[in-house]
Amino acid sequence: MIPAQFDYVAPTTVEEALAALRQYGDDAKLLAGGQSLLPVLRMRLNAPEWIIDLGRIDSLRGVREDGDAIVIGAMTPHSVVGSDPLVAQHAALVTKAVAELADAQIRHRGTFGGALAHADPAGDLGGPVRALDAEFVIAGANGTRTVSADDFFVDLFETAISEDEILTEVRIPKHTGWGAHHEKMVRVAHQWPICAVAATARVEGGTIADIGIGLANMGNTPLRAGGVEEALRGQPATEDSVRAACARAAEGTSPPSDLNGSADYRNHVVQVMCRRAVMGALEGAGA
Amino acid sequence: MTRINLTVDGMKVSDDVEPRMLLVQYLREKLGKTGTVIGCDTSNCGACTVHLDGQSVKSCNVLAVQADGSAVTTIEGLAGKDGTLHPVQEAFRECHGLQCGFCTPGMIMQSVDLLNNNPHPSEQEIREGLEGNLCRCTGYHNIVRAVQYASGHLAAAATPTGAAEEVTPA
Ligand SMILES: Cc1cc2nc3c(=O)[nH]c(=O)nc-3n(C[C@H](O)[C@H](O)[C@H](O)COP(=O)(O)OP(=O)(O)OC[C@H]3O[C@@H](n4cnc5c(N)ncnc54)[C@H](O)[C@@H]3O)c2cc1C
Ligand code: FES
Ligand code: FES
Repeated sequence: MIPAQFDYVAPTTVEEALAALRQYGDDAKLLAGGQSLLPVLRMRLNAPEWIIDLGRIDSLRGVREDGDAIVIGAMTPHSVVGSDPLVAQHAALVTKAVAELADAQIRHRGTFGGALAHADPAGDLGGPVRALDAEFVIAGANGTRTVSADDFFVDLFETAISEDEILTEVRIPKHTGWGAHHEKMVRVAHQWPICAVAATARVEGGTIADIGIGLANMGNTPLRAGGVEEALRGQPATEDSVRAACARAAEGTSPPSDLNGSADYRNHVVQVMCRRAVMGALEGAGA
Repeated sequence: MTRINLTVDGMKVSDDVEPRMLLVQYLREKLGKTGTVIGCDTSNCGACTVHLDGQSVKSCNVLAVQADGSAVTTIEGLAGKDGTLHPVQEAFRECHGLQCGFCTPGMIMQSVDLLNNNPHPSEQEIREGLEGNLCRCTGYHNIVRAVQYASGHLAAAATPTGAAEEVTPA
């Protein structure tokens, strides 16, 4: 119920936080919204000696426009991302996924960067950021570096962020005018998906001009349904072509088998959900 | 120990706490605000819901040190100073939105948050807005009615003509 003892620092700048990380190294853990970390600490699955709270660093919070990208600060709470008009206009897939993530209380505290850094393969945001070709800005001792969504997710709960680094923001190329749909299957309300498909598409004159599809809980990391995307680019935006293409949704997946469903079941259901997600995205794009 | 200063139900408090102390523990054990209850170990049940700077949070999943500098409202701070029930409390009483009552403090706090963000929720929006709060007794039916009732009465209070749709207790 109660975490093991730890010491606590709450820096007010990224530089101070990085210095604290360098000082306490392996013994420290970053705290964002705490909505995944605090349950872990309470169940004593982890017992860091130091907690470095990013909650007092104002520069990590907020959504802004930067040329052809929307930039979401790592510490922006889900509830703020979910109601942000810029995000809704230029990255509608994120708005839709956030609306279905956890519950209202968790969305008030949990953060966009925290959820992605946590890299739960069943997390609701991994699919969307992959489908939208997001980029991750990571700060370290030698300045910042940018990592593509394809390279960010390394393995179960493992990302490209190293132990002495901090995720500062996520840049999403504007997908203005793209339709979007998030298809999530859950066993009970306010929980992680058994499987989820996030699709966003641009339609020109009845043809699918471009499309991005991300999958959650279909492998150790969020995946991209590359086969389906390839099969759909340049095709007519019709149910027949979508149905045929979505037969490829399970290509390259390695889903878990657990109490909620076997791997075979997930590989089947992902095709159905992919069709629904793509049809929803096409409808949103005016097809 | 870390020094924290915050406002709880309108009262300024200042304490030295262990950083690992949860906000719900602080409220219950240090301040004696046992109206806020603990129903689970996994942050699923919502019984511990309070408002932190005006927004609902699960106080079992927030450290007391994270609330430093903030204003917390618990179920004990919802009624008026003279004891007048908050319209949502009144609605839960009127519609019998409870049986054992264990989930009720959290249900009420989350319902207030829901109505703050969406004064006229549909039944579906009420059910979704309360998805982070579990009730083992009522089957949710009267809880949903209570929120509908409160929605009508809050709107009636805001618009003296009472244009809002009335929901009568079941
Ligand atoms: C009851 C419940 C239901 C939930 N349901 C869902 C759901 O349906 N879908 C879903 O996707 N999620 C769900 N979540 C998880 C939620 O999305 C969390 O908000 C999220 O996983 C973690 O975000 P956080 O800001 O709380 O991060 P924290 O818990 O504070 O941190 C998570 C991890 O990321 C690291 N970290 C955080 N920020 C950074 C950073 N800037 N740089 C480097 N490392 C960092 C931390 O060190 C920690 O290891 C649920 C949680 C709960 C408690
Ligand atoms: S006690 Fe906080 S959610 Fe159950
Ligand atoms: S009234 Fe008993 S848990 Fe809700």
